[in-house]
Amino acid sequence: MSNTIEQIANQDYKYGFVTDIESDVAPPGLNEDIVRLISTKKEEPEWLLEWRLKSLRHWLTMKEPTWANVKYGPIDYQAIRYYSAPVRKKQLSSLDEVDPELRRTFEKLGISLEEQKRLSGVAVDAVFDSVSVATTFRVELAKLGIIFCSFSEAVKSHPELVRKYLGSVVPYTDNFFATLNSAVFSDGSFCYIPKGVRCPMELSTYFRINSAGTGQFERTLIVADEGASVSYLEGCTAPMRDENQLHAAVVELVALDDASIKYSTVQNWYPGDKEGKGGIYNFVTKRGKAMRNAKLSWTQVETGSAITWKYPSCILQGDNSVGEFYSVAMTNHYQQADTGTKMIHIGKNTRSTIVSKGISAGHGQQTYRGQVLIMKGAEQARNYSQCDSLLLGDKCGAHTFPYIEVRNSTAKMEHEASTSKIGEDQLFYCQQRGISAEDAVSMIVNGFCREVFRELPMEFAVEAQKLLGVSLEGSVG
Amino acid sequence: MLEIKNLHAGIDGKEILKGLTLTIGEGEVHAIMGPNGSGKSTLANVLAGRPKYEVTSGTVTYEGKDLLTMPTEERSREGVFLAMQYPVEIPGVNNIYFLKAAYNAIRKHRGEEELDAVEFLQLVRQKMKVVELDESFLNRGVNEGFSGGEKKRNEIFQMAVLDPKLAILDETDSGLDIDALRIVAAGVNALRSEKHSVLVITHYQRLLRYLVPDVVHVLASGQIVKSGGKELAEELEQKGYEWLEPEAAVAR
Repeated sequence: MSNTIEQIANQDYKYGFVTDIESDVAPPGLNEDIVRLISTKKEEPEWLLEWRLKSLRHWLTMKEPTWANVKYGPIDYQAIRYYSAPVRKKQLSSLDEVDPELRRTFEKLGISLEEQKRLSGVAVDAVFDSVSVATTFRVELAKLGIIFCSFSEAVKSHPELVRKYLGSVVPYTDNFFATLNSAVFSDGSFCYIPKGVRCPMELSTYFRINSAGTGQFERTLIVADEGASVSYLEGCTAPMRDENQLHAAVVELVALDDASIKYSTVQNWYPGDKEGKGGIYNFVTKRGKAMRNAKLSWTQVETGSAITWKYPSCILQGDNSVGEFYSVAMTNHYQQADTGTKMIHIGKNTRSTIVSKGISAGHGQQTYRGQVLIMKGAEQARNYSQCDSLLLGDKCGAHTFPYIEVRNSTAKMEHEASTSKIGEDQLFYCQQRGISAEDAVSMIVNGFCREVFRELPMEFAVEAQKLLGVSLEGSVG
Repeated sequence: MLEIKNLHAGIDGKEILKGLTLTIGEGEVHAIMGPNGSGKSTLANVLAGRPKYEVTSGTVTYEGKDLLTMPTEERSREGVFLAMQYPVEIPGVNNIYFLKAAYNAIRKHRGEEELDAVEFLQLVRQKMKVVELDESFLNRGVNEGFSGGEKKRNEIFQMAVLDPKLAILDETDSGLDIDALRIVAAGVNALRSEKHSVLVITHYQRLLRYLVPDVVHVLASGQIVKSGGKELAEELEQKGYEWLEPEAAVAR
């Protein structure tokens, strides 16, 4: 491969945040006392403490899974601190104090000035204060009966809902990382859309304030009651640095009869340096349950983290329910990603679609792992899977592990897979038309991801395209 | 406008062009013919700056500048266009998006203002007529799922939009039916002017019936072994290339 591709692949991570952490933290280690401490600090009810303790006891009997196609050194779980007070960013007085490199990235991503200030911890004036904007929106949502708040808040204000649905999709015994999360989860988001209500706005941007500082063990629960619908956006294209190396989040979606939930993620956590040192380990469990005629749709753009281990899944329990998974994952330098989905068809006439696009550059390793399971009662189930990999350079890798299990002979299954390389031919073609190598790579990669990007909410799609451009930016030109 | 002197070049350490000399004046249309393996495509790729092709000696002067030291995209922005023998597909990237990026990169290079989407669409519609392409074509991926003929017409369409000073057509006629051939020729003829020069590389004489060259050259074993007027093309069609072999042998 040409130097050009190498140079593009070798560009630096464009910075994270300078944070100043206040020191209300628990000692390292994990035991019942720590779990009690977390629960007490958060003023939780007894049942939740019991649930956490059950999780911890179960976790202690579990072994860390090793089946994923990723390599990392042993994690010392007793060396991690499981509680710290919400992180507060150091307040700066103006954007001039923000790292110019970071500002340049913000500008490239097209993030508004006010949003830039918020993201980089600059004090914002009252009119534009995102907290107040968020409050305004919340009042509007409340009129419709929509509950949208932090997880801790929901535990206090709507304990019956939390208690009913917590662990109903991802049980506390589910897997090593989900169980760990169940024991020590810090905070996250809770969302409930009542019967027949369409949430009138994307739950996103300004609400991000809600989840700020929720740390490494996030817990999200979204419930769409019968006939309700919601589109939820998680994450942010702006680069995120974090002090915690291990992240183990859990997201549960519940779509009752005729409901629909669309969940979009852009993940850009610190991926580590060029030599593969540092970077976030992102071990996430995301799963949704769809009842009769319900629809679940996962869309993800994953460009960050040193290691990604993530399989947003759908349990298609009700008849005629629909599951979708659209994914773009990019690994550069020494990043590793083992990601994909599970589609569990239980109900009749259930349908699922999987479109996965993996991009590897540098020494990046990319694995698609997907399971499609058609249960015995799933008459006339249908699945379409498409997994495409794009390689930049010759030191990276792409792997595909599709697991397909069909227990009902009326099922219709389609699976397509491809692996391609950004060839010198494509680059030359663009350059011969006057387009720089850098722009050409960005264009080719974005073209490759198009089927996924068009599933993203408009504004997110634009951001995601720019993000890939910035992530691939190199020193040529 | 283009002066090639004693050019030696090749690929993978194998010398293919062995001292090629050729001069193309402003507004002239030159055709290069020759048997397979004579170095026709190597010449086209070397001029366009394709990686992997190495120039070992000789000079190429384009509008008074040293072409060989210019990066690939700069050659394009300076007005050198190569209609490729095998245009690649770029899935998911709109034809019109791609072309606008190219067009504006060239304008920017010239210090001109970039065209906005509306202005660009007007220009594109006008140029599409020449190559008889349907507008739905603009929103398809670059060459994605195109037939061989569509790919070649797309090359000519791009050429028409980018309006190069020197257009090089690398066997654009190969594999085309007579209608496509006529369209390709129409595209080139539309470009023809005092300011535009064209280098047509072809294996067959038939394109040259529609596109009458000022000069015809015969390339054999990496050198120009014979040059003449348009009648040389007809002679080649009748006699083949073998009768030139002695001259090629001398050249060797």
